[in-house]
Amino acid sequence: MSPLNQEPSTRELIEARRKKKTVGDRVERMIPSILFVITSLSVLTTIGIVITLFSETFEFFKRVPILEFLTTTTLKPLSENPQFGVLPLIAGTFWSSLIAMLVAIPIGLMTAIYLSEYASQRVRKRFKPMLEILAGVPTIVYGFFAFTFVTPLLKQLIPGLESTNILSPGIVMGVMIIPMVASLSEDAMSSVPQAMREGALGLGATKLEVTRKVVIPAALSGIIASFVLGLSRAIGETMIVTIASGSTKNFTFDVTQSMQTMTAYIVEVTGGDAPAGSTVYYSLYAVAMTLFLFTLLMNVFARYVSRKFREVY
Amino acid sequence: MSTTTVERAEAVQLRVMENAQWNKPVYETSGLNLWYGTSHALKNIDLTIHEKEVTAIIGPSGCGKSTYLKTLNRMVELAGNVTISGNVTFQGGNILDTSMPVELLRSKVGMVFQKPNPFPKSIYENVVFGPKIHGIKNRTILDQIVEDSLKKAALWDEVKDRLHENAYGLSGGQQQRLCIARCLAVDPEVILMDEPTSALDPVSTNKVEELIQEIKEDVTIVIVTHNMQQAARISDRTAFFLNGEVIEYDRTNTIFNDPEDPLTYDYINGRFG
Repeated sequence: MSPLNQEPSTRELIEARRKKKTVGDRVERMIPSILFVITSLSVLTTIGIVITLFSETFEFFKRVPILEFLTTTTLKPLSENPQFGVLPLIAGTFWSSLIAMLVAIPIGLMTAIYLSEYASQRVRKRFKPMLEILAGVPTIVYGFFAFTFVTPLLKQLIPGLESTNILSPGIVMGVMIIPMVASLSEDAMSSVPQAMREGALGLGATKLEVTRKVVIPAALSGIIASFVLGLSRAIGETMIVTIASGSTKNFTFDVTQSMQTMTAYIVEVTGGDAPAGSTVYYSLYAVAMTLFLFTLLMNVFARYVSRKFREVY
Repeated sequence: MSTTTVERAEAVQLRVMENAQWNKPVYETSGLNLWYGTSHALKNIDLTIHEKEVTAIIGPSGCGKSTYLKTLNRMVELAGNVTISGNVTFQGGNILDTSMPVELLRSKVGMVFQKPNPFPKSIYENVVFGPKIHGIKNRTILDQIVEDSLKKAALWDEVKDRLHENAYGLSGGQQQRLCIARCLAVDPEVILMDEPTSALDPVSTNKVEELIQEIKEDVTIVIVTHNMQQAARISDRTAFFLNGEVIEYDRTNTIFNDPEDPLTYDYINGRFG
């Protein structure tokens, strides 16, 4: 008999409930399939995008030889005698991303080191949300900021600077990426166990030595991941470069000149007259494909690097 | 238990004689007070640690024994919001003096923690970490340090064929001996041990205890332990802490067999704590 002396007993209630086939049971059995379908959705979308990119790119290469696309330095898609060399766009993306990373990596990493290793609990609690707000500023605002504020400022330092150039949006993109690098690196560094720091301090290491030789190596895979995410963001960034770097398809090493990135080219062509089925139209896919391969390669490379240097604890 | 005046005088005299035989002092603590914020964690501690002995610190949780241990290499300051007053003399200098370089102090006073905390690096890199940060770069010397330290820590035979594998592949007991080797690698004069075996199984504990007996030939050891049998087995002196005060400090034998203070007697016999 039930020890609680109630009718019906707890045991009877539980058994009655569990023996009955309810709607809940059927849902329970279907849940894995439902979740599988939902998960497949994003994978299928990716596959769909890749297939479209591939087929349209293939169409483009029927009209323009792949070698010409990859090796020539002139891009004149809308002239009477169009030329489709992708190198000017790669140069634009390369320079803007390089400048952005030159700004974002040192500043972001040092911010992370300060917040994780040196700042008091109170300072960290105030700074981190502010950083994350900075990460939420719309990129159009950054673009405007680059064009109307940073470029005129830089002109005073570099007289030869063109009013649209790749330097200014590169710097501003870097500023935009700082919070991402800082926040993710800080997370990685903060999750290194305190015991490890104490072990090193106990041997007479200074705070900087602990940071450099224990914390950063232990957090390296997370730190590299933050760099790669930042770099992907720089490569894919569109608005800032569209506004501030102009649309000159310029293959050059001079960052004070106007250049166009792959993303800005796509904006320009889709915004203008590119009739479906024209070579210009297909060139969009070829450029998008190049962009896609770049990010893919980088992700693979980053995985390799972070796995190679990872310190498992 | 009643003691006559004569017996008491004899006991005192005996203690004085014993004290005279104590080894040279390494640490002399006088009037040490420590506060975490407003909570008074150490109250007027007077304690002398002697060279090449094992000094055990026992007491219930929260009695300040770990705090005292961490004061000896100034790791206690890492907690933040710590106020310290009094004197802790090490090799003639007051370590609480702000002009004292803590890095130098900590290179002379190693520390082994409750949970083994090797770095996520190879066994070799763990041992040479200390020597390297203190500027030793010569490969031959470092190789020698690794071999010597691991031999002293009774780990060499178990790891000599895999020095370049990650230290996290070792068992808990091996990791703790690696942490001891890591300390020995900078040639310290004192090693502070904060419950070094509380996370280990009995076999590993036994190995670490044997190791302590061996290395005390060269270094002074101060060990905080929850395990009274351990204190009785391995230490030469025992200090009993309670509520931030030193209740009694004497030869381990005396503390365990003939304590002066009834509180010590009660704690040793498991009446509280």
